Amino acid sequence: MRRWLEGLKQLRRYPSAVLGMLLILFLVGLSVYTVVAIPYSQALDLWRGGDHWRMHPVNASPVWADRLRGGDLPETQIISSDEVTARVQEFPGGRRLQIPLGFDYQSSAFPSELNLFLRVHDTERPPFVRFIWQAPDGSEQVIGGRRVARDERVSISQDWGLERRLGHVPHVGLMMDPGSGNPSQPEVLTGIHTMLLDVVMFDEAGSVSADLVVYGRVHGIAGTDHQRRDLMVALMWGTPVALAFGLIAAVGTTVTTLVIAAMGVWFRGWVDATIQRLTEVNMILPMLPILVMVGTLYSTSIWLMLGVVVALGIFSAGIKMYRAMLLPIREAPYIEAAKAYGAGDARIILRYMVPRVLPVLIPTFVTLIPTFVFLEASLAVLGLGDPVLPTWGKVLNDAQEQSALYNGFYYWVVSPAALLMLTGLGFAMLGFALDRVFNPRLRSL
Amino acid sequence: MNRDTTAETLLEARDLHTWFELRQWGFLRAGHVRAVDGVNFALRRGEAVAFVGESGCGKSSLARTLLGLHRPTRGEVVFEGGHLEALDKRGLKTYRARVGYVQQDPYGALPPFMDVGRILSEPLIIHGVRDRETRQARVRAALEEVRLTPAESYLSKFPHQLSGGQQQRVVIARALVLEPSMIIADEPVSMLDASVRVEILRLLRNIQVERGLTLAFITHDLSTVRHFAERIFVMYGGRIVEQAEVNELLDHPQHPYTQALLAAIPDPDPDNADREHAVPGGEPPSLANPPPGCRFHPRCPEAMAGLCDRDEPPDFEPRPVHLSACWLHR
Amino acid sequence: MTQPALLRVENLRLAYRTGRGVVRAVDGVDFDLRRGEALVLLGESGCGKSSLAKALLRLLPRNVQAHEGRVWLDDTDILALPEERFRRDVQWLRISMVMQAAMNALNPVVRVGEQVAEPLMVHRGWSRAKAMERAAEVFALVGVSTDFLGRYPFELSGGMRQRVVLAMSLVTEPDLVILDEPTSALDVLTQAGIMNVLKRIKRELNTSFILITHDVSTSSEIADRVALMYAGQIVELADARHFFTEPAHPYSQMLMASVPRLHQPDPPQHIPGQPPDLLDPPAGCRYAPRCPKRFGRCDEMPDSITVGERHHVRCWLHGAGP
Repeated sequence: MRRWLEGLKQLRRYPSAVLGMLLILFLVGLSVYTVVAIPYSQALDLWRGGDHWRMHPVNASPVWADRLRGGDLPETQIISSDEVTARVQEFPGGRRLQIPLGFDYQSSAFPSELNLFLRVHDTERPPFVRFIWQAPDGSEQVIGGRRVARDERVSISQDWGLERRLGHVPHVGLMMDPGSGNPSQPEVLTGIHTMLLDVVMFDEAGSVSADLVVYGRVHGIAGTDHQRRDLMVALMWGTPVALAFGLIAAVGTTVTTLVIAAMGVWFRGWVDATIQRLTEVNMILPMLPILVMVGTLYSTSIWLMLGVVVALGIFSAGIKMYRAMLLPIREAPYIEAAKAYGAGDARIILRYMVPRVLPVLIPTFVTLIPTFVFLEASLAVLGLGDPVLPTWGKVLNDAQEQSALYNGFYYWVVSPAALLMLTGLGFAMLGFALDRVFNPRLRSL
Repeated sequence: MNRDTTAETLLEARDLHTWFELRQWGFLRAGHVRAVDGVNFALRRGEAVAFVGESGCGKSSLARTLLGLHRPTRGEVVFEGGHLEALDKRGLKTYRARVGYVQQDPYGALPPFMDVGRILSEPLIIHGVRDRETRQARVRAALEEVRLTPAESYLSKFPHQLSGGQQQRVVIARALVLEPSMIIADEPVSMLDASVRVEILRLLRNIQVERGLTLAFITHDLSTVRHFAERIFVMYGGRIVEQAEVNELLDHPQHPYTQALLAAIPDPDPDNADREHAVPGGEPPSLANPPPGCRFHPRCPEAMAGLCDRDEPPDFEPRPVHLSACWLHR
Repeated sequence: MTQPALLRVENLRLAYRTGRGVVRAVDGVDFDLRRGEALVLLGESGCGKSSLAKALLRLLPRNVQAHEGRVWLDDTDILALPEERFRRDVQWLRISMVMQAAMNALNPVVRVGEQVAEPLMVHRGWSRAKAMERAAEVFALVGVSTDFLGRYPFELSGGMRQRVVLAMSLVTEPDLVILDEPTSALDVLTQAGIMNVLKRIKRELNTSFILITHDVSTSSEIADRVALMYAGQIVELADARHFFTEPAHPYSQMLMASVPRLHQPDPPQHIPGQPPDLLDPPAGCRYAPRCPKRFGRCDEMPDSITVGERHHVRCWLHGAGP
């Protein structure tokens, strides 16, 4: 045990190891936080998409990406009727409500979309709503009116008639400065815009509430995808999934590989021959196509993939490497001594041979983790990712399918790729430093 | 000192052969290496004997056969009345607790990833000493017996933190911890510094005498033997060529090989620089293809044509209790 | 007797940097060696004897912290020579070395005859035929049949390989051959054979030898002079006759008593204690902690005290009072 502690102490002498450990620590911390903050079932539910995200913009880039470039792209504003006071006029058989949904708009860029979500409560008789847009310069624009039966979404941006009338898509046409010179390059009229809802209720009891969503062009730390999903969910949940996959696959393959190699070396004869032949056959089997086949024909569950990866990884080139390391150890006097004082086969393999190569193995093992993380991501990019889990690979897969780079959504590719790289970097830096600590021959004097 | 050297026989080898198969291209049988080729001797309880010979004479293979690490090809080993070659797995395990093993390279003989306490506990764990306290006590006793005191300060040391001499003491302690009745030491000091060698040999000898153990001490160095063994077996080409009580053999060597060996060993003496040794020419025989007749005859200055190169010499007794396998004594 | 020295070493120091500190492997060594003389550097492992040989031949690892002193070969300070001139003029041609376990370091895919001839072709620029002829001569000298010139190393026994390595070091007719533990891995009879060869060469060629060994008995086979090293220093430097019959330093005396002898009724004695850690050697006499004869003055580092003709001892027992 002390040897390990000493090794760790030595690690402090390597700045790359410290940095690597910090990176790993960060990733582990992020994983723990994620799992606590967004429980598994909730994450799956969120990632399935749908109504959770209706108030998020489509394909918005991260806020920091815009601010770093000195931009002032708008963030999403949600104006709720609960926060404003409505003017009420009673009349026989009903009421008239005037709900001003005002917001201060200061960005020089237009919002990406305008939507209004209406909810009607406690009435059987659908009220009539007129939508009036009041611009900061005092002008008014009647958008239209309609009966609202229940919960309804009014997609102002997709109002073709309005678009024709305004000569621009509505979220531009409504908010542009009419005095701006070039009509093909409209400018935003900053100030307080108000969407006035003129509601006529044919009932005394009912009420109407509304949310006006002025969708921004930037969102949060990670941005959103084509389904309005906040990428943060996938980036965060991708961390524990990637780490767990990498760790389990690395542990599973190295430990079993090592034990099997040790068995071959110890028993020799047909045991060794069988293991060697199996390895040789397995080494020429291409792993990725097999995974693709399993994924296509059977299931893309991450656990199945993990199982197949470990199973294929056991009889890998590692067996040859460990065999080469273990062969001289088999002849070590201490093994002969152990046999001479009565140690059995299992004990010799597990307690005398395997621990001897562990120090050499730890660095290899640490550098192996990101390989499996990348493998999992690659599978997801190929469309063989777990169908329900949010992972980095899935984000990349979506980005690829939506031609993210072509459309200029760099963030969509860059953030999962950066996380993958950080993982690789962290483990690699730690692994190489460990290699120097545990294999002093590599240490230059 | 030698309480009952005349008494009971502890271990007896009868016509013992250990051959290793030679293979060509991995599967074709290409003959045998006759590492041990017809060896007879009996070791008494409580005596220290030395097997002496050059590398490749089969002495280490003999040691491993006696330890049950190689199966004898032919012949038998009788230990405390039981036949080694007839033992099943359990019997062999029990036998291994009765025979301790001290190896040549002390650093290699200790697992580098275990501390001394663990190293010494291993044999006890394997042989079912479950109680931790008992184990600790026996480990401590063994360390004290090899004069690694205070024992506590060594328990948590790793082999690389010990000097060569200390490492070899740990190896000896490990051989003792199961309280064997015999210890086989294969070149126990040849890898150690000259000044430590004497210390280790004395320790082994003292323990052997105190415990009344049988010590089979395998060495290539005749000069150390006089003070640390009672009988000597000289081996050459897989056979024992001469055996006698230690002073008898060193003072009156009978076999030409023993004589050459003794003549080649210098005592520190400034006159050495002026004289050349009479060294028999040639090389030790190949054990895969030994010469017919006496194995030493190709190098022997006194070889008799037509006899030594044809017939294997039997053991003669040219002096009382002194056997020599050479036709000269005919 | 006033013959000038072939090699004169003055205050040679060699220190290595390690992770735990500076190891002073060779710490102020002086000795001289005449033509045709054999000096044995005797000492336990870790006493600095191999480092001393490497310091002489400038075969230094990268972590050297200090390498100083003077090594006069005839009238040239070979430590002060530029590296390239040293390699060209001194190495092999004037001084050659047989490394420890060199017999296992022969190139396995080159015939031994060619390996022996190679230094001649490289350092003397000889033709292949001429060099092979010379190699055959040297083979005869070290007692290897010339039939073996065309063999590969794995076809030779350990003793034969050791002779080949020896032939390699002799082929350029150097003035000085340094041998690092030339026989310690060999069997008794083989060892005796090699020592016979060395004695013959020394007699016939008048070559000087420095033989490094831990084995007192082997050292007596060839030594004219003995330098006993302890913890990086030479504690006694004497003619072999004096050293083996009346050693002056307490360590020499105890070492001689620890040698098992075939024809002696008394059992050998062991030397208690351990050599000091070269990272942190004692301030005074390095042997004092193990010395039964230590007294107050041993807290000071003893000088090399001359006690007879070419006989120097680092021990206050032989010093004049303060």
